[in-house]
Amino acid sequence: MIQTIAFYMFAVLVIASAVMVITARNPVHSVLWLILAFFNAAGLMVLVGAEFIAMLLVIVYVGAVAVLFLFVVMMLDIDIAAMRAGFVKNAPLGLVIALVLLAELVLGVGAYRVGVMELGTPMASEAPAMMESNTGAIGALLYTKYLFLFEAAGIILLVAMIGAIVLTHRPPKTTRGHQDIGKQNRRNPDEATVMKQPIVGEGVEL
Amino acid sequence: MTEFFQSLGMSYEWAWAVATLAGILLIALPLMLAVAMIIYVDRKVWAAINLRRGPNVVGPFGLLQSFADGLKVFLQETIIPSAANKGIFILAPIVTFTVALAAWAVIPFSATAVLANINVGLLYILAISSLSVYGVVMAGWASNSKYPFFSAMRAAAQMISYEVSIGFILVGVVLYAGTFNLNEIVMAQKGHGLGIVNGFGFNLLLFPIWVMFFISSLAETQRVPFDLTEAESELVAGYQTEYSSMAFALFWLGEYANILLMCMLNAILFWGGWLPPIDWEPLYMVPGIVWILLKTFFFFFMFSWVMATVPRYRYDQLMRLGWKVFLPLSLLFVVLISGYLMATGHYGAAA
Repeated sequence: MIQTIAFYMFAVLVIASAVMVITARNPVHSVLWLILAFFNAAGLMVLVGAEFIAMLLVIVYVGAVAVLFLFVVMMLDIDIAAMRAGFVKNAPLGLVIALVLLAELVLGVGAYRVGVMELGTPMASEAPAMMESNTGAIGALLYTKYLFLFEAAGIILLVAMIGAIVLTHRPPKTTRGHQDIGKQNRRNPDEATVMKQPIVGEGVEL
Repeated sequence: MTEFFQSLGMSYEWAWAVATLAGILLIALPLMLAVAMIIYVDRKVWAAINLRRGPNVVGPFGLLQSFADGLKVFLQETIIPSAANKGIFILAPIVTFTVALAAWAVIPFSATAVLANINVGLLYILAISSLSVYGVVMAGWASNSKYPFFSAMRAAAQMISYEVSIGFILVGVVLYAGTFNLNEIVMAQKGHGLGIVNGFGFNLLLFPIWVMFFISSLAETQRVPFDLTEAESELVAGYQTEYSSMAFALFWLGEYANILLMCMLNAILFWGGWLPPIDWEPLYMVPGIVWILLKTFFFFFMFSWVMATVPRYRYDQLMRLGWKVFLPLSLLFVVLISGYLMATGHYGAAA
């Protein structure tokens, strides 16, 4: 009973907040609705017993990606009137994309109703050892059967990251020169300061 | 607790719901009391280090000072700036406070006293602590004012930077414990130091990453020396500038609840949690909750100590420490720890 209530609550909230993401007028509100949608998706995953994926969804998407979204969207000065002006021009393209998505949905539901797809039967030797936590199960699968794909994905991400850094990196143009933290830490009061005992009525010779 | 409520004649589902609710109240209410007292302790420690007296007027030794402050903010008028984005402005302190409480669900106070003993407890903590930035960012944006906005930008950058290294530090702990479950992490520390002392902190490979974890937890909770988000010399009061009354108090409570959580995590992950510090039979007579609270209190004292003695970082220094020092070091320690564990056959003959 509790599962059913929780499922419908999460499902309704996911759909409702997803609708709000595209209908909200303020882009910051859109991002916040998106975060709510991520959250409820994580809740749905907990319900089907995939707690590891659920936590990763929250950590990666809510904790990092959405924060950066919010960061950028907040600093953008979005002119809503200018966006409205582009509506008529872009409407045909939008319509085409909407049609493609609709066709995919219809095809997907149709294919689902035809029957189960034959993906071959799992071999006993390949099946990972059943563990009580799906963290262990995912790890066992990822680092044995899908090791090459996993590492390849990692390499691709690494290359993308280095590419982004190379594209945005510019040599510093300041005239003041660079700060050398080590040099700053090595300074000691003896060589950086002098003690003076000035006589009253006379200035200090520096 | 569910069995107890079932014995009263409830169905399993009702008993579960009531038991969970009771568990939440059993954690949240003492936590609020603890936050009030810990603010008092913070001010007393800070005052003592500055050779001042600190709060000493309300109640015996000033013990009731926090309650007087709470009553004061409760009676104040809630001001919402006319240019603010009203909904988000009100939502922000609620988010901060709720998120600060939510993380306590998986904290083991003793072997059995844990509300949700889930397999991914540590990941849950990481997920929740990455959420705490939203309250600050929403508050800063919704205030529609310059200084809170700067503060929100700083908070977002700071939290993301330090979360990365905290993640790698936790990988080190998880490699040793072999689980994400906080209770099992505590149990893995039993007799860890030569069978004499309980705690990963006594391990020479894990002690340096504990130091990094402690400093990162200061940054994560925006305590001095990393309180750039509310640097009063530059940003008035940061994201809290436009807030008053209970909304302000909710930020305050959430902040201290987060600090307590981080102190408790220090105790749980590195210093044996609810185990006594020395693996000696008579010490186990003392209930586990006493040990964990003592350790938490000690780490909170260290937080106050740092606050009273260390000047604030400059923002570029903060970023440098996070990305150029902690990130490479924590990565190095992940490699070192996993290499050591493989070499010594920690994971059995398969290694």
